[in-house]
Order: sequence, then structure tokens, then C-alpha cells
Amino acid sequence: MPTTIEIRSLNLFYGSFQALKAVDLSIEKNIITALIGPSGCGKSTLLRCLNRMNDLIHGVRITGEVRFEGKNIYDATADVATLRKRIGMVFQRPNPFPLSVYGNVVYGLKVAGEREKRIMDEVAERSLKAAWLWDNVKDRLDRPALGLPLDQQQRLCIARLLAIQPEVILMDEPCSALDPIATSKIEDLMLDLKREYSIVIVTHNMQQASRVSDSTGYMLLGEMIEFGPTANIFTMPARKLTEDYITGKYG
Amino acid sequence: MKRHFQNELEALKVSLVKMGSVVEEALKSSVFAILNRDDAAVQRVLEAEERINLLELEIDHAILDLLALQQPVASDLRFILAVQKINNDLERMGDHAVNIAESAVALKTLPDTGMLEEIPRMAELTLGIVKQGLDSMILKDPSLAAAVLRADDGIDDMNRTVARKVIGLVKNDPTAIALGLELIRISRNLERVADLTTNIAEDVLFYVQARVVKHHAEEKDDTHREVYHGPGTD
Repeated sequence: MPTTIEIRSLNLFYGSFQALKAVDLSIEKNIITALIGPSGCGKSTLLRCLNRMNDLIHGVRITGEVRFEGKNIYDATADVATLRKRIGMVFQRPNPFPLSVYGNVVYGLKVAGEREKRIMDEVAERSLKAAWLWDNVKDRLDRPALGLPLDQQQRLCIARLLAIQPEVILMDEPCSALDPIATSKIEDLMLDLKREYSIVIVTHNMQQASRVSDSTGYMLLGEMIEFGPTANIFTMPARKLTEDYITGKYG
Repeated sequence: MKRHFQNELEALKVSLVKMGSVVEEALKSSVFAILNRDDAAVQRVLEAEERINLLELEIDHAILDLLALQQPVASDLRFILAVQKINNDLERMGDHAVNIAESAVALKTLPDTGMLEEIPRMAELTLGIVKQGLDSMILKDPSLAAAVLRADDGIDDMNRTVARKVIGLVKNDPTAIALGLELIRISRNLERVADLTTNIAEDVLFYVQARVVKHHAEEKDDTHREVYHGPGTD
């Protein structure tokens, strides 16, 4: 499988605290890559490096490279707005805008200057269908998005992302606010989406990582301890640190 | 929901069906080989055995991943555990087919003095319950599984009859000892195949009805409770 994102010797400092230590990682196309590890291990920090969300945090210093489709996204010439369009993010809490369902889905298109209603309708329908939300909302596209149940809000956020046709979807604990049924829907949706998108998910839930991902990276104290096919990590990890964490002996 | 997981379970079932079919074919060929002294049939058994071994590894691997990655519970868990044991039993049945085929090779070196009538009868019955056992798993049919458990006694009786007849044969003609040993060996392998099929039937009852019938465990257990039998069995 070809690589989409190549991380090389990535270090990240919050002031004097080093949150990522020489991380190397290759993220392949059209698979789900999971990052697991205890709280504070750096997995969310690493995820946010992939579309430069950490730029927004004061006092962050980054060294090393994150190459997306061959180009270092931390180059001085890199266009961050375009990058975040190509690598989108879904957050822990669903964060629909205080707009209608429809307004949320076409928001990105409008910002990009699209004015034609027919195109926006088409994209809205396609995106909502791809996020398995169309049947739930097709009769109430003009209703406030914040009135939807939480899991539908989360799928709306995914639809909003799909509308701008990203290449990579980053997911930061996308199910931690959801109950098991809603979680299972999102997991199945992810497995569908990977046919067209590359997905990187950070999760506290090891079982979730094992269920949905193809590759898993275990992180501890800012280091990538072990990275490999998920089946190998969960049946025959190479390192004792990984074994201790996934069998619950850590801590 | 959980469509992907269900698809993986379905794929596991397909692999098991494939494994069962290859084992059935191997057993049929081995029986054909002894009844017809047929070299090509022996060869088919040996080829089938290689496929059986590969399928066993493939199924083992799929089960390991499913258990480690999907946290199966209830009827899904019982299904996976049943497949694991049936996989093992089928592989052993493949080995017995090879043993029978080896007897076919040995028989060819001996004068053709006719086959004990019990052997083809026993082979037919054994192949019949193997089919029933596999069908009970594929169709999730406890009544077929129960029929397998009942039929095994008849095959055990025939095995004892063969031993008795061979003793008589050798008493009358001590030079028939080589033939007698092969006949006992064939009969013994068929009887083992039938025994392994009863294991499959027990696993099917565990999977479909959540009942543990082996070693009369059910009779000793007085803690009966209602169990949901999983999709498609109500």
C-alpha cells in the first residue's frame, strides 16, 4: 500500500516539555491507522501535528518532518489552509456549527466560494449519504444541527468533512462521547470510508483500535514504542512494553 | 450494525465449509481406494491432505485475529469456539483418510480374497454421518447433530464385529494375518472418524443451543437457564 504521510524524527516541545520524541511513522493510504497509549503519551499531539493544529498553541516548537504526498507540511512555503482541507479532523465532542443541517454540510463549499445551489445540493446529499446520515435527516435539512442526537451530530461533522473531499481524515477520540450502539455505527462507517480515504484515529479504547484499525502504533511518554499491523500488535506484540499495556498490566 | 464483524464471521464459516468439503472428498477417495484398489484415489487423498493442512492454518489464524481483535460474545463467541474445535477435528479426520489410503496401498500387495462385508457398510455409514455432522453446522440444525450422536453407536458395534470376524479369519487361516491387520486398521480409522464427527455434533449443540452435552455434562448440571440461541435458530 502506498504511503500518504511520512513522519521523520518528529520532536515537539510545549515550552521545555518534550511531548514527542523522534517519532518515525509511515501512514499508508486507504487504511485505518490507530494510535493508542495512556493519557499524556503524545498520541493526540502527534495527530494534531498531521494537519498543523498545534500551530494554534502558544509556545510549541517542532523539529523534524511530516511529509504529506512527498512534501514537508512544515516547510515555510506550505499553505496551511489547503493542508487542512486535504487533511481534515473529527473531534472528540461533535462540533456542528449553530446552523441548519444543510448549512453545516455545505459550509466548506460556501467558504470556498461555491454559490450554485444545484452543486451544493448534490454535495450535501452525497456527503450525508456517505456518512450514513441521509435517511435520518433528508426531511429536515433545514432544522438546527444542534438538535440532532449526539451520534448524528458526529456523523454530520464527518459529512461536513467529506463535502470538501479531504484525502486524509484525522479522528481524535471520535466515539468517546457516544454510547456503544452509536460507537458501533461510527466504527462501521469508518470501515466503509477507508475505501476512499486514509484514516488516522486516536483512541483510548484499545478494543476500538483492535476492531477497526489495520495498523496500530503504541505510544508511551512521547515515543512510538511499537508500530505494525493491528493483528500482530494484539496477538504477538514485539515489545514487552506493548504487551504490558494491551494486557492491562501497565501502570 | 457491526456488518464488518458479521462479514468476517461469515468468511470464517465459508472457510470451514471449504475445509469440511475437502475432508469429505478425502474420506470418500480413501474408501474408494480400499474398495477398488485404486492408486489414483490414494493420490487424491494425499493431495487433499495438503490442502486440509493449509486450510487448518488459515482458519486458526482467522480465529486468533477474531478473538484478539473483535471481543466476540454470546452466540458469536460460541460460534468461533465451535469452529476452532471443528477445525481441529476435521484436520484429524484428514489424517485418518490418509491412514485408510495407506491401507489401500498395503492391500494391493496382498491376494484379493474379498473384503469383509462390514467394511463397505461401515464406510457408507461413516461418510453419511460426516455429511450429517457438517450439515448440522452449516444449517445450524440441532436435530441433525443429535442424529449424529445416535448413529455413532452403530458404527462402534460394527468396529467390534470386524475385530471379531478378523480373529475368526486368522484362526482359520494364519496366513491371512496381514490382511486381517489391515482390515482392523481400516475399521479402526473409520470408527475414529465417526467419533470425531460426534465431537463436531457436540460443538454444534454448544454453538446453536448453548448446551454442553459431552461427558454427560448436561445431566450433571442442575443450573438450567434460558439461553438465546442466536440469530436464525428460533
